[in-house]
Amino acid sequence: MRHIISILMENEAGALSRVAGLFSARGYNIESLTVAPTEDASLSRMTLVTRGTDEVIEQITKQLNKLIDVVKLMDMHEGPHIEREMMLIKVRAAGPARDEVKRLADIFRGSIIDVTDTIYTIEVTGTSDKLDAFVQAITQTDIIEVVRSGVTGIARGERALRV
Amino acid sequence: MELTGADIFVRCLIEQGVDHLFGYPGGAVLPIYDALDKQEKFQHILVRHEQAATHAADGYARSTGKPGVVLVTSGPGATNAVTGIATAYMDSIPMVVFTGQVPTALIGNDAFQEVDSVGITRPCVKHNFLVKDVNDLALTIKKAFYVATTGRPGPVVVDIPKDVATAKAEFHYPKRVSMRSYNPVTKGHPRQIKKAVELMLEAERPVLYTGGGVILSNASSQLVEMTKLLGYPLTNTLMGLGAFPASHKQNLGMLGMHGTYEANMAMHNCDVLIAIGARFDDRVTGNVEKFCPNARIVHIDIDPASISKNVRVDVPIVGPVDQVLKEMLKLLKERKQKPDAAALKSWWKQIEEWRGMDCLKYDRDSELIKPQYVLETMHKITRGDAFVTSDVGQHQMWAAQFYKFDKPNRWINSGGLGTMGFGLPAAMGVQLAHPKATVACVTGEGSIQMCIQELSTCRQYGLPLKIINLNNGFLGMVRQWQQFFYDGRYAMSYMDSLPDFVKLAEAYGHVGMQITKPEDVEPALKEAFKMKDRLVFMDFLTDKTENVYPMIPAGAGQNEMILV
Repeated sequence: MRHIISILMENEAGALSRVAGLFSARGYNIESLTVAPTEDASLSRMTLVTRGTDEVIEQITKQLNKLIDVVKLMDMHEGPHIEREMMLIKVRAAGPARDEVKRLADIFRGSIIDVTDTIYTIEVTGTSDKLDAFVQAITQTDIIEVVRSGVTGIARGERALRV
Repeated sequence: MELTGADIFVRCLIEQGVDHLFGYPGGAVLPIYDALDKQEKFQHILVRHEQAATHAADGYARSTGKPGVVLVTSGPGATNAVTGIATAYMDSIPMVVFTGQVPTALIGNDAFQEVDSVGITRPCVKHNFLVKDVNDLALTIKKAFYVATTGRPGPVVVDIPKDVATAKAEFHYPKRVSMRSYNPVTKGHPRQIKKAVELMLEAERPVLYTGGGVILSNASSQLVEMTKLLGYPLTNTLMGLGAFPASHKQNLGMLGMHGTYEANMAMHNCDVLIAIGARFDDRVTGNVEKFCPNARIVHIDIDPASISKNVRVDVPIVGPVDQVLKEMLKLLKERKQKPDAAALKSWWKQIEEWRGMDCLKYDRDSELIKPQYVLETMHKITRGDAFVTSDVGQHQMWAAQFYKFDKPNRWINSGGLGTMGFGLPAAMGVQLAHPKATVACVTGEGSIQMCIQELSTCRQYGLPLKIINLNNGFLGMVRQWQQFFYDGRYAMSYMDSLPDFVKLAEAYGHVGMQITKPEDVEPALKEAFKMKDRLVFMDFLTDKTENVYPMIPAGAGQNEMILV
């Protein structure tokens, strides 16, 4: 099953490679991984998406907790949560396709953030499934470039990952 | 007053109570060596190869319970140390390794003798640090010792660039340190302990399966008390030998791939398994699908990640073994319920039948020297009271089977990583920590050659080790597997062009002996162990065809042993 694991780590050089190294050394897979500072400059927050049986996920969280730089972590799937991913997609938008792309972007609540005579760059935010669906919908047009941020997530309500 | 980084380093080690530092100088650590030379609080031991520095520190740590401390230079100094760091990591040995690094301005420039030491060691350390500012040095060293010695112990690397060693800062060594991201457990959960005790008392066919964690946690006395109180059979892992006296009748001996028949059969047939400071390693469990099919399992371990990693357990207890056993003992003494005496009696009857197989028997009338006989005789002559280090292979298994350890911290071997070359330098560390003790290194002609240069270090520091070289002219364990599983095709397992070990020992200034006949074994051992102030290298020419039995083939269950 797919799990989103959020990790608060000491904002130290090499912290990211400790996590990445753990996953490759133990043969766990990472579907996506994002990392950025938080409101507390001494901490960075990492969100990673992985897949595995319950036993594997249990080992992953235990092994992550063992890393000395990991302050706290949360498996988002232990409770209700919201996940978001952002995508920037650059497509050929000339002739009749130009209107069609605009319509699709509106349907997916995307915004066109850069325009040339022949190109639209669209920003879409949502769950990974929604982004996949948008890419599917737009395949008629010529996709030039796709960039996705990787998944981030946050627990709903009172539940929170904080020190 | 401001001190240089190098002087701060020295002061930190003094504050930390370090008495031996194992190392080898080089360009990047010259400022530190210069500072070392001006102090007399601790002794620097100059090895002949950085791998040996880490193994020696490891032997020191395993025999004392104190962290081993190492200093090596950048680049090749650090890479040579990696094998010893990984060895300590696999066996959870507390160690702090200082590596020199090129000056901070040159890091990343492919400078002379530069290597990314923090990157290279990351997968085989508990934690590591690169110190970029001299003002962080003392606190980092404090953290390194704290992390290495608490929780599940392990090696920690501190990488110190040359300019950090020469820069100046105010020296302040913190008395204690706390880290928000690292809080090892200090007690087991009372409810889990109670559940475990209840399950233990319900058992009809119990077994205690105890590992290196008992020794690391210094919990031997609690284990002995609890085992005797319960009257249950006990088996030790390779790492756990000595935590419970081997000579005691409740001890079934070692379990696992080369464990005794009675230990493995008891494991396979038990109904309650009490795992204490052991990690269900593949060499213990054999095929996990077939492991302890009818058992409910209690598992005590300081490391939550060890629990249910290989085998699902029913009652996990995360905590230091000594604390948990103390709590268990308290509960056991308070409770009216006692172990089921009738069930236990019939369980012991069954175990005695298994024990009657005499699975460690060997040909005592052979005209060739049997390695088992050498070790049995050594046990007799040293009255079972020596520190014994070993290398890796057949000799290691025979030492584990035939030298009956009655005390913890006496059996020093590379269990997890299986590092050939470990034995001799580890013995140096043990002897330095225990100058008056008898220290023997059991090795083979393959392993000993992996760190044989350390005979020179032994000469320099007058270390009177006794080296028991079980020389069968083969990489014996490789040959044994080739015989069993590769139709006797002995690819590269024959050791050709061996040196004359007697002359070699003499060339290094030691005493060399070669023993070729069984009747000479005992007199030679007696003579050697009498030489209290000399290193004696004993080259025993043993039966080339001898194998280690019993053996659980890879992938088989614990009840599927090959017997002699």
